[in-house]
Formats: sequence, C-alpha cells, structure tokens
Amino acid sequence: MLEVRGLRKVYTSRDRTVEALRDITFSVAAGELVCLVGPSGCGKTTLLKCLAGLLGPTGGEVSVEGRPVSGPPPGMAVVFQVYGRSLFPWMTVAQNVELPLRHKGRGRAERRRLVTAALADVGLSHTPDAYPWQLSGGMQQRVAIARALAYEPHVMLMDEPFAAVDAQTRADLEDLIRTLWDRTGVTTLFVTHDIDEAVYLGERVVVLSSSPTVVQDDLPVDLPRERDQLDTRALPRFTELRSRVYGEIRSAQRAASRADGA
Amino acid sequence: MSARPAGPQVPRTVVLGATGLALTALAAEVLPRALGIPGDVLPPLSVILGALAAELPTPQFRAALGATVVQWGLGLAIAVVLGVSVGVVLGSVPWLRRLTASTVEFLRPIPSVALVPLAVLVLGTQLRSALLLIVYASFWQVLVQTMYGVADVDPVAEQTARSYGLGRWARVRHVLWPTAQPYVATGVRLAAAVALILAITAELVIGSPGLGREIAAAQSGGATALVYGLVLVTGLLGLVVNVGVRALERRLLRWHVSVRGEVAP
Amino acid sequence: MSLGGRLRRAAELVALPAVLLAAWWVTSDGSESFYFPPLREVVGVLPETWFAGGADARIVSDVLPSLARLLTGYGLAAVVGVGAGLLIGSSPTLRALVEPVLEVFRAVPPPATVPLLVAVAGIDDRMKVLVIVFGCLWPILLNTVEGVRAVDPVLADTCRSYGIRGPGRVRSLVLRSASPQIMTGLRQALSVGIILMVISEMFAASNGIGFTVVQFQRTFAVPQMWTGIIVLGLLGVTLAWVFRAVETRVLRWYEGIRSAHRSGG
Ligand SMILES: Nc1ncnc2c1ncn2[C@@H]1O[C@H](COP(=O)(O)OP(=O)(O)OP(=O)(O)O)[C@@H](O)[C@H]1O
Ligand SMILES: [Mg+2]
Repeated sequence: MLEVRGLRKVYTSRDRTVEALRDITFSVAAGELVCLVGPSGCGKTTLLKCLAGLLGPTGGEVSVEGRPVSGPPPGMAVVFQVYGRSLFPWMTVAQNVELPLRHKGRGRAERRRLVTAALADVGLSHTPDAYPWQLSGGMQQRVAIARALAYEPHVMLMDEPFAAVDAQTRADLEDLIRTLWDRTGVTTLFVTHDIDEAVYLGERVVVLSSSPTVVQDDLPVDLPRERDQLDTRALPRFTELRSRVYGEIRSAQRAASRADGA
Repeated sequence: MSARPAGPQVPRTVVLGATGLALTALAAEVLPRALGIPGDVLPPLSVILGALAAELPTPQFRAALGATVVQWGLGLAIAVVLGVSVGVVLGSVPWLRRLTASTVEFLRPIPSVALVPLAVLVLGTQLRSALLLIVYASFWQVLVQTMYGVADVDPVAEQTARSYGLGRWARVRHVLWPTAQPYVATGVRLAAAVALILAITAELVIGSPGLGREIAAAQSGGATALVYGLVLVTGLLGLVVNVGVRALERRLLRWHVSVRGEVAP
Repeated sequence: MSLGGRLRRAAELVALPAVLLAAWWVTSDGSESFYFPPLREVVGVLPETWFAGGADARIVSDVLPSLARLLTGYGLAAVVGVGAGLLIGSSPTLRALVEPVLEVFRAVPPPATVPLLVAVAGIDDRMKVLVIVFGCLWPILLNTVEGVRAVDPVLADTCRSYGIRGPGRVRSLVLRSASPQIMTGLRQALSVGIILMVISEMFAASNGIGFTVVQFQRTFAVPQMWTGIIVLGLLGVTLAWVFRAVETRVLRWYEGIRSAHRSGG
C-alpha cells in the first residue's frame, strides 16, 4: 500500500543545506495501522510530506497503492501537526468537513450524510455551525480528523495529532483512532514522538534514528487487538515493548552524539 | 509592511525590481513611437524628461515645489498635533469617548473636498484654504488611530502604575504613550499620504500655489509632455513621503516587537 | 442589555449631534454674515434645490451621474485590482519584478492625473471614470498582493492534499484568506474615489455634484452652496456606512479570531 525505498531528503536554502532524511526504507500493508516514532527534529514531518506528495524527495522512491508519488495521491487524507492552522477560519466546522467532498464532486445529499456521520464519529455532532476558532484545541483536532474521515480515504497520514492536547483528551482521541481504524480498516500511518502512544496505538512501530535519519527498528506490536487505556498499559508485554523502543531511540541518540564528537 | 528576510535573497529582489523599473521606462520610451501615439496623448519618456529638465531650473518650478512641500508639511503637522491631543483625551476618558463616538463616525467620512467651495469663498485662494482641506482630511486618520492605541492600553499595566502612585501625567507618559505610539505612527503614515493628495487637490481646484496649479496651467497651455513630467515629480514626491515616513516609523519604533499594520476600524 | 442601559446608549449616540445641530441652528439664526447664512434658510432651500422639478431635479441630473461614474470606476478598479493582485501575489518572481513599479504608480497623488486625463480622454464621462479607476486601483492591487502573499502555507498544503486547485482554490482559499487586506484596500480606495469623483467634476464637467456645488459658489448662491456641502457630506457618510455593513459581513470570521485571541490572552 505504502512503499518507501531508500528515501533521502536534503533541504537546500541559499546559505545552508539540511539532510533531514538519509536513507529510509519501510512499507505499510493495506489495512495496517503503523506508528512512526522518532526524536523531535528527526524528519518525521518531512517523511510524511514526501508520502503525501507535498515535497519531492532528493533521492529514493515513494509509492502509494503501487503508483509512484509525484503529487498528492488521490484517496489520501492528511492530518497535519499544526491542525489549528489547517482548518479554514472563515468556514464553520461542517463547511470545513464538507469542502474536500465538494471538490470531489459528491452530491449534496451524500455530502450531508458523510459530514453528519464523521462529526458524530468524533463526538462533535452538537457544534456543526461553530467556527474553528471558537473551539478548544482538542475539538479543533477532532474537526481535522472528521474532515479526513468524511473524505473516505484509502490511506490516512497523521502527524503528531495529539501533541498539544491535555492527557485526558489525548487518551480519548487515541481510543477514537483505534475504534475508527477497527471499523473502517483504513490504512493508517501515525506519526508521534511519544513512545507510549506509539506502542499503545500501533499494530507495528517503525523507529527512526535521530539525524542523520535512518530506520532504526521495525517491530510488530503483539498486543491484543482490543485495547484499553488502563489494562493494556498495565500488561507486562506493553512495558517490554516500550522499553525496547526506548532503548532503540537512546542508542540512536548516543550513536549520533558520538558521530558529532568525532 | 513586513521587513524582507535578510541575506542573499535581497539582491535577487533588488535585481528583479530594477529590471522591472528599467523595462517600464523602456516601454514608456519605445511604445509611444512604435504604436504611433500622438505626442499630445502620450509622448515618449525622453520627450517628457526633456520637458521636465527644461522646467526644473526655473524659479517658478522651485517655488511651486516649495509651496507644495510647505503646505503638506504644515497641514500634516497641525493635523498630527490636533489628532494626537484630541485622540488621547477622547480615548482615555470613557464617557467622553462614548459621547463623541457617533459624531466622529459621522464627520469622518465627509469628503474634505466638500469644503472646497466654502474655503474658496471665505478664505480665498491662499495657503489657508489649502491648509483647511489638508488638516480636515488628515486629522481623522491620526485621531482614529490614536484612539485605537489608547484603547489598547493594558488595564493591568495601568492599574499597576496607579498602585505605585504614578500621577495622571506620569501614567500618560510611561504607560499610555508607549502603547499608543505604534498606532500613532500608523496614523501619521496614512495621514502623510492623504495630506499630499489634498495639497495637490487644493492647488488644482482652488488654485493655491504649488505643483497642482502648475500641472493645470501646463495642461491648459497644451504642454502635454510637461504635464506628464510634473505628474512624475508629484509621484516622486509621494514616493519620498511614503518611504521617508516608513523609515522614520521603523527608526522610532525599533524597540517595539512588531511595527503594527493598519487597524481596521 | 437592560432597558435602562439601552436607553443610555441611545442617549449617548444622539446627545452630542443634537446639541451641535441645535447650537448651529441658534447661533446662525439671524446671522447677517454673507457666508454663514442661518441654518433655517439652508434647510429651507434644500428641497427646492435638490428635489424640485421631477425628472430634472438635481438629485437625478447631478447626483445620479456622479454616483454612476463613481461606482463604475470603483467597480472596474476592484475587478482589475483584485484580479491582477491574485496573479502578482501568487508568483514571487512576478511580484519582485513589478512591485517597485507599482509603488511608483501608487505614490502619484491621484488628483494630479486629472488634468492629464483631461488632455488624453477629453472631458466626458470616460475621463472621470478613468481618473477614478487610476486612483482606486493601486490601494486595491497592492493590498491584494499583500493578502495573497500571506496565505498560510499549512492551508495551502491542506488544499493540495485534498486535490483542491484552480478556480476552486482561488474561491475557497486565496480570496477568503486575503479578504482582510482586500477590504482594507477597498476602504482606502473608496475615500480616494469620492474625492476624485468630486474634483474631476470641479475641474471640467457639465453635470455632477462637484460641478453643481462649484456653480453655486461662483454665482454666490451661498445657501444653495451649503446644501451642496450637506448633500456631499451625506453621500460620503452613506457610502461609508454601506461599506461598513458589507465589511462586517465579509470579515465576521476575522473579527471573531481577533477577539478570540484577545480574550484568550
Ligand atoms: N522547509 C525546510 N527548510 C529547511 N529545513 C527544514 C525545513 N523543514 C524542516 N527542516 C529541517 O529538517 C529537519 C527535520 O524536520 P521535521 O519537521 O521533518 O522534523 P520532525 O521530526 O517532524 O520534528 P518534530 O517532532 O519537532 O515535529 C529539521 O532539522 C528541520 O530544521
Ligand atoms: Mg513534525
């Protein structure tokens, strides 16, 4: 479904170059929920933008549903890290969710059905006519998710969507993502820098090293499919997996600082 | 207007901008000839500049330029002093502000050119007539921005100052004025442009001395190239005013985090 | 708001205007001054001056043509200014190329072009509309460019990833996102437009408000001249109110964000 081979991305501005990604290879099968973890600044957003066709890679290949990516692929929805800025402030919540559907050429009745269903899914049925800036951060985030859901994507990319919400809202949103994924089976790539979150949410965790960024580890999460904030996090296996990912990231950082020192 | 990012990007925009100006000048020279546009409609740039060059050294031109600048500067200065003092008073006394709001909202959009006939009858075609129009038009810009600025004063800062026993005058100086300053600067910038427009207007329709009157005279004398040349001079004057006021604003407000844009009323 | 509060607000709105009008009425009553006739007399001649004569009334033969020219010129400037602004604003190279040229054109005080356009386009309606277009175009164009340039890159990416492009993108993203700056440009242009409407008629015309008011002044019909000033003032105030009503509707979201930011700290 998602295929990344030898991806390299170097930002060049006039006075400096930044190698955001050195050599990234991994893939996501159809219907999988994969979490991508890595330290801050390691290039997660960059990787996501390359997958979304918003950035051209410097080297390597990215393909989605078997087709090489050269622009935003159809049937993909992206939830951006800066979700507050990704909502149109001059449109109401319902209009924001509806906009991509209008441009997709969906009929009025179907649009209404999809919008209502998506807002119900994220628990925002009561505020379709509010403007995004009248909502809390967590609610704005749910609008962005609802917009992605209503689009009926084949692939969903999410970039640290819960970075700015409080712990309780975050837990609720995590469960929401699991439930929705369970129901729709949409292929999902979920980016985070939170190791607990990655293990709790994912069926697989791909660990990125710190810069120069490569794939450090790629491990399946063999936890029960039904997850629960208290019970799952209390499982010994959860703790094991978490420690392993944590160890990977730490050793990557140590390797990086050694390389810097040399 | 935001500052451009520093670094090697600047030369590119400068090069492109200079290219744009050069291309425009070239077009102004070549197109009238190539398209055979008659000289009394649009003369080539070189003819315009020639006519202007012949005019520049004359005492008449220098007197006109001086008159326009003096009218503009004097009118702007009066408007700024009036606008700031009235704005500070109205802005900081809540009941006065509420009482005058409707009157300000009514008087402000009255086009100052409506006063032209009155000014001509009562004040004649002298400097005073032009000043009336200039001051009336630019006063509102300064007043309204000053009032916004005063309204923006942080009540906590004001209360803190009060609790430290600062008197009214000290509060105006140390709390109110620093907050209002960027707004006042915006008001002055807008007023400076408006004042120039009204100065030219007065010279044109009232006949007070200045570049506007020279333009009208050249037009009725059929000296089209000179008309273009003089309009160009007013444009350069406008450019100097815009750039100058913006530079001054940036210098005065260097300490300020953001040099504010215009406030929507 | 309580009934008492509402009454108080209403009183604050009308109090000062009422006092000022009453003061004008009383002090001018029995005035012997030639230039400042009693307000009673001015109000008395207002109906016959502007409304008498059915289809020949000045409100039809002068005010309507003035308004028609203003709205035509303003509308043309808005279409061209916003259209070109969209184009220039979305290409950094094009913007760098033309911005200095546009700054020069913007700096020309628009009234200075009146004699020029008389020479080029004659003294008919075409000239007056052209004058208004020339004056209104630059503020609209330059503000649109600023607005288009400031489109949030995250919103732009959102549109791209949902496949929103072409006209749909302009409608849903660019125009809406630039609307605060576009409205600022349109507001500046409106006051310039009114000034130009009047002075193009004062300078050379056979009808229009500006023409009529100057006729009154030249024939020393002072009370009639005062009615002209009042009509012109009312026109300016009405247009400003209409504009504000439109602006409030268009920019409701923008005001909402700003007040949300203010109260949110
Ligand atoms: N447009 C850009 N131009 C130049 N460098 C960039 C650009 N965007 C990102 N970078 C650099 O690329 C590197 C990776 O950035 P990226 O935003 O992808 O990291 P991230 O893993 O998403 O970080 P975070 O967890 O903080 O969101 C950083 O060093 C950053 O400074
Ligand atoms: Mg990121």
